[in-house]
Order: sequence, then C-alpha cells, then structure tokens
Amino acid sequence: MLLAATPALPLDEAGKYVAAAYIVFVLLLLIYVGLMAAKLARISRDLEELADLAESRAEPAPAREEVRA
Amino acid sequence: MNLSLRVLAFATAALIGVGFALVFFYVPNEADQGFIQKIFYLHVPLAIIALGGFIVGGIHAIRHLRSGDPVHDARSYVSIHTSVIFGVAVLITGAIWAKASWGRWWVWDEPTLVSFLIVFLLYATYYPLRYAIPDRERQARYASVFAITAGAFVPLNFMAVRAAQSLVHPRTFATADGGLTGEMWLTFLVCFAGMAALWWLLVRFELTAKRTSGQVSRLRRALDADPSLPGTGVAARIAPGTSR
Repeated sequence: MLLAATPALPLDEAGKYVAAAYIVFVLLLLIYVGLMAAKLARISRDLEELADLAESRAEPAPAREEVRA
Repeated sequence: MNLSLRVLAFATAALIGVGFALVFFYVPNEADQGFIQKIFYLHVPLAIIALGGFIVGGIHAIRHLRSGDPVHDARSYVSIHTSVIFGVAVLITGAIWAKASWGRWWVWDEPTLVSFLIVFLLYATYYPLRYAIPDRERQARYASVFAITAGAFVPLNFMAVRAAQSLVHPRTFATADGGLTGEMWLTFLVCFAGMAALWWLLVRFELTAKRTSGQVSRLRRALDADPSLPGTGVAARIAPGTSR
C-alpha cells in the first residue's frame, strides 16, 4: 500500500499541513457564525421596526399622526 | 438564545476543546504517517457527520411527505444545508491531507474521494432545484423527494466504496490487523462527539433563526392587514419586494 510505504513527513513540514487543516475548520466556522450573526441582526432590526410601529399604533390618533408626519 | 441551545453550545465548545487538546497533547503520533495523521481526528468525524446529516435530511423529508408538516421540510433543508457546509470542510481538509501524504491535492482514481465528491455535488444541486420552484408547497414536496432519493444513495454509495478495492485511501476502522489504538479511539470518539454536537448545534441555531424570521413575517403581515391604517405598507418599508 502506497500509504504504508510513504515515510512520515518531518514535523516542521507536517505541522504546516496540520495547522492549515485545523485553521480551515475554524475559518469556516467563523464565516458561518458571521453569516448567522448578520441574519440575526437583520431579524432584530425588523423586530425593532415592527415594535416601533405597533407602539405608534397603540398611541392616540393625533399623537400617531405626529409620529407619521 | 434559549436554555437548551445555550447548554448545547457550551457542550459543543467543551467537547471540541477537549478533543483538540487530546489530539495535540495526548494521542501519540501514528507510526506510518507521523504528525500529519492528526488531520484524521478532524477530517473523518466531519465526513461521517456530513454523510449522516444527509441521511437525517432524508428521514425528515420522509416525515414531511407523510405529514405535510412544513416543520419537517425546514428540518430536512437545514440538515442538508449544514451537511453541505461540513462537506466543504471535508473536501478541503481531505485535500490538505492528501497533499501531505500522497503529494497530490486530489487522486481521481481513488473511490473514497471521488464518491464523496459525487455525493457532495449531488447535494449541491439541491439548492437550485429547491429555489427554481416558486410555489412553496411544491418546492417543499420536490425538495423532499430529492432528499429521500439522495439520502438513500448515501449508504448505497458508502457500501459500494467499501466493496471496491482501495488504492491509497486507508481503511482505518475495518482492518483485521490493528487499526486504531485505545488512545486513538478515545481521541477519535471525543472529536466525533464534538463534531456531532457542532452539527446539531448549527442545525438548532439555524432552525431557531428560521422560526424567528417566520414569526417576524407573520407579525409584519398581521400589522399590514390591520384595517385601522390602510396602506401603511409596513412590509414594503421593512423588506421591499419580499412581503405578501
């Protein structure tokens, strides 16, 4: 088997590849978390706007007119 | 973030942290490959979880077709979506390991590599298939049929690969003469549990985000439908072109 015949890489060379593999994993995770954070921020903004609107509707009509103006 | 999601997040971080600590400070280097074999504890759990996730997506799709409940469709979609992300990590870490071990980023005549790529590309077509259908109900139904068919293909593909003669890719778990030592097994199992917890966490996280987004849309529609303020256009102001 080719794998068995392949000698182990010296640590200084193997370390680069191992570090690269683990860094790729962490980077992918960070990208995913970043995208999810952006999505949650958008939901939060939408909710805030809806809450403002709901509150403005709950106010008496003249006050609401002022807010809308 | 609700309590169970928070507990799951802490458990995931702990498992992955302990797993990686075992990889670098506890488990000995493998005799043939030396230090480069440390990628095994990342690459293999990711691959198993990705393939398992595709099957989970298929199971949720069956439940969706049986019940018509859109929750199962969402679970199927998110399971597949998360597994595709894991699949990207598998392909990249596998290519790095291949380059270090075999001197090449990819080996086209190796059944394990090519079969995983085929499965990955198959699932990459899930997105265009799903979003090419404008009607939500039909979209969910067709996506479920795809998820079941592709999900059934995953174990078949796995068995075919195991039956095939491998050229260079190792068969770590099925070698009669050894395989992993006790320390390696322990490290592998902790890393595997960590990756499984991560997959579950990401699925739960995305489902929660989807559910919250759906509730915001419902609220927006309810406010838009309020007859006391005709033509306020809440939806149009918040998300132009996406409402109604």
